[in-house]
Amino acid sequence: MPWTTVQVEKLDNFFIKDDTAGDRILTYKDALHEALDQSLARDPRVFIMGEGVDDVAGVFGTTKGLKEKYGENRVFDTPIAENSLTGIAAGAAMAGLRPVLIHARMDFILLSLDQLVNHASKWSYMFAGQVKVPMVVRTISARGWGSGAQHSQCIQGMLMNVPGLKIVAPATPYDAKGLMISAIIDNNPVLFVEHRWLHKTTGPVPENLYSIPIGKGVIRRKGNDITIVAISYMLVEALKAADKLKEAGISAEVVDLRSLKPFDEEIIIESVSKTGRLLIADTGSKTGSVASEIAAFAAEKAFYHLKKPVVRVCCPDTPTPTSDVLEKAYYPSDEDIFREAAKLVRD
Amino acid sequence: MERDKLIEMYRTMKLIRRIEQRINDEYKYDEIKTPIHLSIGQEAVAAGVCVHLRKDDYIFSTHRNHAQYIAKGGNIRKMIAELYLRTTGCARGRGGSMHLVDTDVGILGSTAIVGGNIPLGTGTALASKLLNNDRVTVVFFGDGAADEGTFHESLNFAAVRKLPVVYVCENNFYAINSHQKARQAGEGIYQWGRGYGMPGYRIDGNDVLEVSEYARQAIERCRKGEGPTLLECITYRWKGHIGTVDDVGDGYRPKEEYDYWLSKCPIKRFAEFLRIKEILTDELEKAIDEEIDTTVEDAFSFAKSSPKPSTVELTEFVYVD
Repeated sequence: MPWTTVQVEKLDNFFIKDDTAGDRILTYKDALHEALDQSLARDPRVFIMGEGVDDVAGVFGTTKGLKEKYGENRVFDTPIAENSLTGIAAGAAMAGLRPVLIHARMDFILLSLDQLVNHASKWSYMFAGQVKVPMVVRTISARGWGSGAQHSQCIQGMLMNVPGLKIVAPATPYDAKGLMISAIIDNNPVLFVEHRWLHKTTGPVPENLYSIPIGKGVIRRKGNDITIVAISYMLVEALKAADKLKEAGISAEVVDLRSLKPFDEEIIIESVSKTGRLLIADTGSKTGSVASEIAAFAAEKAFYHLKKPVVRVCCPDTPTPTSDVLEKAYYPSDEDIFREAAKLVRD
Repeated sequence: MERDKLIEMYRTMKLIRRIEQRINDEYKYDEIKTPIHLSIGQEAVAAGVCVHLRKDDYIFSTHRNHAQYIAKGGNIRKMIAELYLRTTGCARGRGGSMHLVDTDVGILGSTAIVGGNIPLGTGTALASKLLNNDRVTVVFFGDGAADEGTFHESLNFAAVRKLPVVYVCENNFYAINSHQKARQAGEGIYQWGRGYGMPGYRIDGNDVLEVSEYARQAIERCRKGEGPTLLECITYRWKGHIGTVDDVGDGYRPKEEYDYWLSKCPIKRFAEFLRIKEILTDELEKAIDEEIDTTVEDAFSFAKSSPKPSTVELTEFVYVD
C-alpha cells in the first residue's frame, strides 16, 4: 500500500459543511473522480494523462476505472517526462482539446516549469489571444509518513508569480468538484492544487454538473474578532482552531480562499474591515508564500482596517525533514493557529 | 515531382532569401526593435518540407522562424509588421521576430526557448491522433535543441503513441558559437530517432529535392498512421547567430568552412537544376523576382506605415475568455 495511503487512512474523517451543497455526502477524492467522470462524459475534447493514471491505484482513486469507461485514448499513462508532458498537454490544448494532466506530486511540477511558465502560461498573451491553452494541471501535495524534502512540497506561492496561470486550491469536496469542472471549461491554463490530507475529507456534493467561479472565496465560518484566511488543507486546521477559539471566547471568521490566482480581494477586505485582525494560514514555506501575497495585499488595500500587524502561519523556511519528530515540528497545526490568533486578539 | 511544386519551392526559397536580405538591410535603421535571427543559406529545409503540408497542418518553430513562417504560407504583411512591432503585426507587436504566429495556416506560435517547441508540436500531433483527423505536425528546431531534454522526452512520447509528427532538425552545426562537436559526442542526431523507435535520416539540407523527398515520405507516414520521423538536415547559416553580424574568422567560424558552404548555396544549386530541366527560364525567373519584389515592398511599406500599439493594451490577453 502506498505510504501516503497509510498516513491518510490514519486521519480522522473531517467533515466540512457547505451550506449550498445539498445532502449527498462524498469524500474529496470521490468528488474529484465524479468531476472528471462527468467532464469526460460531457465533452469529448476532455482527456486525462499522466504518470500512472490508468493503473490499479488510479492516482489515489481519483481516476480509477475511467480508462475502462472512456477508453485508452481518453485516459492514459505516460512516460516519466514531466516537462514535455506539460508541453504536450499545452500543444493538445492549442489544437482544440481540453487536457487534464496529472502530476501525482507537486514536487514534480518543478521539472515542468519551462513548459508551464515559459510556454503554456504566456502563449495567449504572446500571441494576442489568438491561441488558447485550455489545460488543467492537477498536482497533489503530500505530507507525513516521512515524505521528506522531495515528496511534500507546497510551492503554490512560487507559482503565484507566473502571469497567465490560474491557480485553484479547493479544500472541500464540493469545491473540489465544482472547481475541477471550472478549471476544465476555462480557456486558460489552470493549476489545480490538491493536498493529500484533503482526499479523505467529507462533505455534501451535488450529483449534477456544477461549476464554482474561479476567483471567488467563501466564508466558512462567521466571526467578529479575527479573520483567518486559510488555503487548501490549512482550512481544516483553521476550522479546528476556530472551535478552540470559540471556547476561549474569541469569535474567528474563517475565509477559504479557494482560488489563489486570481483571488477574491473583496472577501478579504470585507472581513478585515469587520474584525481588524488578519491571520493567514498557508501550507507552504513562509517566505514568498501565498500568505505573503495576502499580507502584502492587506497592507495595500486594507491597511486602515487593521488594528494589529498581520500574522502568517506557514511552514518554516526549511525543506521538509523526514524524521517523524522533526516533521511534527515542521508542520503548523490548529494549535499554532489558535495560539497566534489568541495572541493577536488579546495582546 | 510535378512542375508546379518545383516552381513553388523555388519561389518560396527566393522569397525567404529576399525578405531576409531586406531585413538585414533595414535592421541598421533601428526601427526593427527586436532581436532577429536570419536563416540565409538554410532556405531549402523550410521550402522542401512545407511544400508537402496542407494549410491545416501544424508547424512549430523557433527564434529562427522566418523561413518556416514564409514557407508555411504565413501572412507576409503581418510578419513584417510584427518585426516592426506594430498593431498590424501577426501578434500585435507582442511577439516580435522570435514569436511569429498565423493560426490561419497552422502556425500556432514560435518559441525562443531552445527545444521548447518540441513538446508543443508533439501535443498538436497527439490532438490529431485523438481527434482522428489526418493533420500532420512538423516541428522545426536546430541542432542545439537536440541537447535539450524536451527533444528526448518528446521523441520517446511520440514514438510510444505513434503520433503524426515530423521532427525536422536544421543542423547548421552551431548553437550560437558552440560547435556541435563540443556539445554532442554521438554519431548524429538522426540516430536518436532510431534509438527511440522511429525512422531517422541524415540528409543534405541544402538540396531542396532531397529534403522534399524525405519530407514527403515522412508526412505520408504520418497521414497513414505510421508514426513520427526524425529528419536531420545538414545545412549552414551564412549570418551569425543573431542580428546582422557576420561571425567569420577572428576565432569564430573558419573562413574556409564558410566559403565552402557559400559555394553550396541551395538556391543557386536548385536554379541550375531547374534550368537544366528547362523549367526555369529567364522569363519565369524575371516574373518570379518581380512578384517577390512587389510582395516585399508592399509588406515593408505596410509595416512602416502601421501604428504602434497603445499602452492600454499592456494588460490585455493575460487571460483569454
